[in-house]
Amino acid sequence: MSMTSTSNLAASKDAEGEGREFLAFTLGSEEYGIDIHKVQEIRGYEQVTRIANAPAFIKGVINLRGIIIPVVDMRIKFKLGTPVYDQFTVVIILNIGGRVMGMVVDSVSDVTTLSADEIKPAPEMGDTGASFNAEFLMGLGIVGERMLILIDIDRLMSSSEMGLTEKIAA
Amino acid sequence: MSIDISQFFKVFFDEAEELLAEMEKLLLAVDVAAPDAEDLNAIFRTAHSVKGGASTFGLNDMSEVTHILESLLDRIRRGEMALTAVHVDAFLAAKDILKMQLDGHRNGAAVDQDAVANVRMMLQELSADVAPMPPVQPAPAFVQTEVRASFAAGGRRFKIELPVVEQQDINALAAELGLLGRISVTPIDASRHALILTTHESLDDIIAICSFVLDPDELKIFEAPALTPEQRAIEDAARAAVEAELGYGFFDPLEPDEVTQEAVELSDDERGYGFFQPIEQIRAAAESVATAPASIAMPVAVRPEALDVSEVAAEKKAAARKDDKPAAGSDAGSIRVSIEKVDQLINLIGELVITQAMIEQRSDNLDPMLHQRLLGSISQLTRNTRDLQEAVMSIRMMPMDFVFSRFPRMVRDLAAKLGKKVDFITNGAATELDKGLIERIVDPLTHLVRNSIDHGIEMPATRIAAGKSESGRLFLSAAHQGGNIIIEVADDGGGLNRERILDKARQNGLAVSDSMTDADVWQLIFAPGFSTAETVTDVSGRGVGMDVVKRNIAAMGGTVDIRSARGFGTTISISLPLTLAILDGMSIRCGDEVYILPLGFVVESLQPASEDVKDIANRGRVVKVRGEYLPLVAMHQLFDIVPKFTAPSEGIIVILEVDGRKAALFIDELVGQQQVVVKNLESNYRKVSGISGATILGDGGVSLILDVPALLRATRMDEPALT
Repeated sequence: MSMTSTSNLAASKDAEGEGREFLAFTLGSEEYGIDIHKVQEIRGYEQVTRIANAPAFIKGVINLRGIIIPVVDMRIKFKLGTPVYDQFTVVIILNIGGRVMGMVVDSVSDVTTLSADEIKPAPEMGDTGASFNAEFLMGLGIVGERMLILIDIDRLMSSSEMGLTEKIAA
Repeated sequence: MSIDISQFFKVFFDEAEELLAEMEKLLLAVDVAAPDAEDLNAIFRTAHSVKGGASTFGLNDMSEVTHILESLLDRIRRGEMALTAVHVDAFLAAKDILKMQLDGHRNGAAVDQDAVANVRMMLQELSADVAPMPPVQPAPAFVQTEVRASFAAGGRRFKIELPVVEQQDINALAAELGLLGRISVTPIDASRHALILTTHESLDDIIAICSFVLDPDELKIFEAPALTPEQRAIEDAARAAVEAELGYGFFDPLEPDEVTQEAVELSDDERGYGFFQPIEQIRAAAESVATAPASIAMPVAVRPEALDVSEVAAEKKAAARKDDKPAAGSDAGSIRVSIEKVDQLINLIGELVITQAMIEQRSDNLDPMLHQRLLGSISQLTRNTRDLQEAVMSIRMMPMDFVFSRFPRMVRDLAAKLGKKVDFITNGAATELDKGLIERIVDPLTHLVRNSIDHGIEMPATRIAAGKSESGRLFLSAAHQGGNIIIEVADDGGGLNRERILDKARQNGLAVSDSMTDADVWQLIFAPGFSTAETVTDVSGRGVGMDVVKRNIAAMGGTVDIRSARGFGTTISISLPLTLAILDGMSIRCGDEVYILPLGFVVESLQPASEDVKDIANRGRVVKVRGEYLPLVAMHQLFDIVPKFTAPSEGIIVILEVDGRKAALFIDELVGQQQVVVKNLESNYRKVSGISGATILGDGGVSLILDVPALLRATRMDEPALT
């Protein structure tokens, strides 16, 4: 809880200052970035318990040191890459407003610091190749040859599209 | 720093809340006709403690109300005023106001200032019409009693001339004496000061207090005649001005009225002897109170031995007061721990239990001959873990008193409002229940108690006509029964009206028949929108109640049962599991998946013969078990699983029962029976239909717990599957 609230502060402060840190990961051939403050840990993929009648991208729930957390596979959700599960499959554990959840991605590359002028506004059209709603895009991070698609992971995970929270279920 | 202060605030809020609850409990218990002195003292102490805390934290609104309350209580406990029902009502109202103010400070809840003013008025009015109690024992054996009686109407006014002392000593002394009554400091000359004290306390007490700071021999104490109302008004105005400047808005209003009476009483005898009486005369007066006031004029030498005696008495009193303190703070043997810490502990124990189960599971394959000692240690670990788990779980347990204690007040108010007479009797308040359940049982119980008073218990006249006692009796009890707690709300009122319930059910379009058993008829009142009350009152009868009660209790894994006899009353019995955190479960397998069935719902399991399974066109399947046809729910269809078996005769069916309704769940196989630690799915995910929670298995994997009542509801409504 406390971690999240401070991270929001830090994020907004950093936005004006030297820059923000993003965790870069890949889905298929795309490279994405999310605010590092939302990331609790990164772990390997382990056996999940399926939840009946849930959308396919919700893989199920796992036991994260005594708490039960849902795991979503972004590759299925955004139809990117191939959903294979082996010892190299990575789960990013997010902590968003105190709620913990796992997100399966193809791989995690690094943590990149982007200064304000390296973050470009997202183009109007969905021509970034990202197969999800533009409202979850924060912009594009351009560093040399690399281009990171920056996702507002907070909004995405709390959205009705993901169906991870109660108000949508009700 | 700010964190520290807020911590203290929290402690004060918690304590004040407890004290107020305690006050209410004592007030409700007090016998107005013959109040027990100890009860009155206890009530006074609670008010005093709240006042102390409130002043410390600068919550002036609370300390002002408690101050009036305390003054009034003080006079009652001293026997200067008779306790009446009006007082009790006023005190209860004051308690509510204090609670409101407390909530206002704690969570910024709105405080109704009009109500505060009203209660203050009420208390002040009560303080005004002082009805001095006649001395209980007229025998003059104990002089002190007589003195007190003669001054009962008001306080006495003393002038204490201090020797040359430090200003801080004066302040300390003034603060100490301020606890006895009203104090003011006036300078005598450049270096000396005098204290003017108006109090009900005896001279000995004053000397005893002064002797903490000063040598009593250096003191000169005079008794001053009371001020005339005019003088007092001037003094009050002056003090009020000073206090207003200091930020205290409130001024003790008790005094002017007292003064009037005091002045009248004293003017005859005391006024004639000069402005101030020397200490010796007061003492003499005290000792020869029965004789004529003429003796007061005679100077009497200070007798040291008399002083000694009085000092001993003062010490005894001080000691007695010290004894009171621990009683007020009663729970010296307990500590306050935040519920998060306890829950964290419970989670950790849950982990330990899982780890232990894992070790046990993995040691199963070991050769008992080769690993005898290891296996011995493991079984010891198992035992210790269970003991530890039980001990930790018991931390979360709270006595039902936490819930029960809210009701006496409600019953009293409600009965008064409805013009009924109700004796409220509780039983088993010490019975313990998980904190989480305790909090959730309050609303349903409140509803049931209101119902009993509103609908159950008849008006006094009706009761007398029916040959019953004028006062109805309402029982609230709690008891352990196996792994459950049984909470009952019982009244000796009119009982449920079978015909009227059936009529109402027909009106509501429910399928009923006259041949239904009583138990089935009573269950009808749990249907939504069902109320048999002839008139809708603001107490109950809007028909949004019993169904909510039942739903809330079912959500806690409990059941509700009604027993009623026409003319003899109704008993509503709630059965709840002791805790939500641990559950006796049966693990079942379907396809590759393992689920947990709460054992409480499982009646039996069997393998049906293929001819016992029948298809009903478009309505699913039923299975015949001992002559009874039960709806058959196939686990693999419900949860979209690829099963090992598709024919019920190959797998296993588990007969489940909820509220007397049964259904058969078709699964592949039974795995085993185990205690599981229930984890919430909703804390990080959301509610999943058909699933009530999750647990962690011995291998660290997650297994989902089936929501059996929901599964059975689905079969009843003929819904083919969960959506």
